Amino acid sequence: MAFGPHLLLATLEGLVTAAVLSLTALGLSLVFGVMRVVNVAHGEFFMLGAVIAWGAASLFTGNAALGFVAALIISPLVVGAVAFISERLVLRRVEYNPEATIVATIGLLYILQQAALTFYGPEARPVEAPFNLRIQLPWFGYSGYKLFVIAAAIVLLLLVWLILTRTRIGLVMRATQIDREMARAFAIPVDRVYAGVFALGAMLAAIAAVLIVPIQQAHYLMGLDPLLLSFIVVIIGGLGSLRGTLVAALIIGVSDGIIAMFFSPTLAKMIATAAVALVLVFRPQGLFGTATR
Amino acid sequence: MTKKSALILPSRSISRRDALKGIAAAGALSVAPGFVRYAQAQSSAPIKIGFQAHKTGIGAAYGRWYERTTAAAVKAINAAGGINGRPVEIITEDDGTDPKRGAEVVAKLTNQHQCDIVYGTLFSHVVVASAPVAGELKVPYFVVSEGYHVASGKMNRYCFQPGITDVRSQVTAMAPWVSGNLGKKVTMIYPDYAFGHDHRDYFAPAIKAAGGEVIAQIPIPPTESSFTKYFPQIPAETEVLYHVMVGPAVLTFVKELGEFYGSNKPQLFGFIDSLEAVDINSPGLEFLDGSHFWEGSPRYAQANDSEAMKAYRAAVGIDENGAADGDPKDVSTAAHMFGCWETLYVIKQAMEAAGYQGPADRAKLVEATEAIQGFDEGPEHPQGDKVFDGKLHQVYGHQNISKLEGGKLNVVHRTEIKDGMYEAEGDYTQQAL
Repeated sequence: MAFGPHLLLATLEGLVTAAVLSLTALGLSLVFGVMRVVNVAHGEFFMLGAVIAWGAASLFTGNAALGFVAALIISPLVVGAVAFISERLVLRRVEYNPEATIVATIGLLYILQQAALTFYGPEARPVEAPFNLRIQLPWFGYSGYKLFVIAAAIVLLLLVWLILTRTRIGLVMRATQIDREMARAFAIPVDRVYAGVFALGAMLAAIAAVLIVPIQQAHYLMGLDPLLLSFIVVIIGGLGSLRGTLVAALIIGVSDGIIAMFFSPTLAKMIATAAVALVLVFRPQGLFGTATR
Repeated sequence: MTKKSALILPSRSISRRDALKGIAAAGALSVAPGFVRYAQAQSSAPIKIGFQAHKTGIGAAYGRWYERTTAAAVKAINAAGGINGRPVEIITEDDGTDPKRGAEVVAKLTNQHQCDIVYGTLFSHVVVASAPVAGELKVPYFVVSEGYHVASGKMNRYCFQPGITDVRSQVTAMAPWVSGNLGKKVTMIYPDYAFGHDHRDYFAPAIKAAGGEVIAQIPIPPTESSFTKYFPQIPAETEVLYHVMVGPAVLTFVKELGEFYGSNKPQLFGFIDSLEAVDINSPGLEFLDGSHFWEGSPRYAQANDSEAMKAYRAAVGIDENGAADGDPKDVSTAAHMFGCWETLYVIKQAMEAAGYQGPADRAKLVEATEAIQGFDEGPEHPQGDKVFDGKLHQVYGHQNISKLEGGKLNVVHRTEIKDGMYEAEGDYTQQAL
């Protein structure tokens, strides 16, 4: 294949990765930004989103589009509820102590993962894409659904941005993020904001999973990769920064696609990890983050 | 006070006569009843087989069916009188499909559970990590893996693979058919670790000997979840695409291959390993229609199935589509799990030949297994007859090539055992026991 089409394919693949990654990482970033806790179980919310998407879609066998829409509604709601409950039952009890939270969310990771193995099983199960469109380019064919994933991610990211900057909920969240004590002094129910943000973060991961599940299958171990990549993105972009997360997801996703295609996938992972190290050394707050007070 | 001491002390002192009686009685006990105790151990204490199972981790789907097959085989063996008249007990430990944990499991089964032997591992990286521990503990270790590790001569005298043919033999047997029926120019896509490397190293020379040629080899990291980016490396003149992907991302692989090629595709030849425990009629797999697969034992019931095969399928509980009876979505790993059934019968045969009594006879069991020449097709070996190489500890059997058509896999070619024979690279019998 000639260089031009090859590069096009690499870029398209990278954009799909970036689209899903930006949604997942945004969830992680929001939780850290507002609550100052590191949620190690974030990848499992992603996995749970995919597994529930399979469950929801299989309620509507025969109509793939309907099944997908059902998954897109049910899955984030269920995952959000699970996150809300675990926030109330676990994180609040350890008073958001950073070390205790890490240990608690590692525990949560295993509970969710093994629950999925027990109740869903060890198989990888596919969800049918809402539509089957194959776009034939002169050099190769490409999945129409993957292009839809890119578009859907852009719409969703815009939506999150609008919520954060234009609504009262967003204002409350930002106030909590900037100064928890002051927010409390202004009668913002910080405690409830925390629960909401934790649920929202998990829902973003679940939505990303629903989008990806017609491309990759739902599997009980699928949460690890998104977790690692999300951490990489969030560290490079700056914890708690929406813009940073988006830019870093694009850099990581597209460079992963291109480097993996022209050189080797291992090199792509090495470069991403080296980038994290460099950012931590020279700009610990991340490309777009502000230094913590 | 006196009353209390009467309870504790004997009412009278022991006379010399009493003592002599006691010694005589003890002597009698130690002669005759000693024999009784020995016979009892032989007749009732169960033979403990430690099962290193992939209950969790990447091999969990295989592990579940290995457990079911093992349970069915043990039920059948015990119903027919067990091994040497003793019942068989399976002690299962989860290795998480993890090499480090696998090595620990072998030690735990041997030392803590006091198992007679260890059995049942599938994934080759777990086998390779566990084998040295088995050799160190001198516990016979029967794997059901298909990897070319035992047969490479690089494991040790206590490792056996008597129930399933290794990859090197499989690809050697099938290469002539691929070259003769599908095409000469082959591109290989395989996972970049031991199992994939076995294919890379042995299929290429085999197809060359058959008049074909491997024109490109594309290794893919085992953790990869998206594959489109690798497809531009497939040369345009490829006639046959040879794929041996494993793990949960396989469906993605096939789907993306379909999107990339559309209807203008090369011939596809794959290992069913890619799709074990996966419904062949899943959405996205339509692209595989008309392609060919290796199967150790056919997933779908075939028209010419032997009575033994039918009985085996009924005992394990799979229907004619290779799914669990009563749950069509629970698809089996039929191409591999027959190896568990057959391996357990090999263990029975070897233990009976060795007159196996307990862990002290482990060396005798190793020698008895090495003395086996082969197996006839029958209820104990439903997949077919086999040749066993005692020096290499490896079994060789027939391989099936199946075509996917009409939503089913139909066997179109069955190789001969001699097609898969190769020059041995080791001899375990030279090693000390």
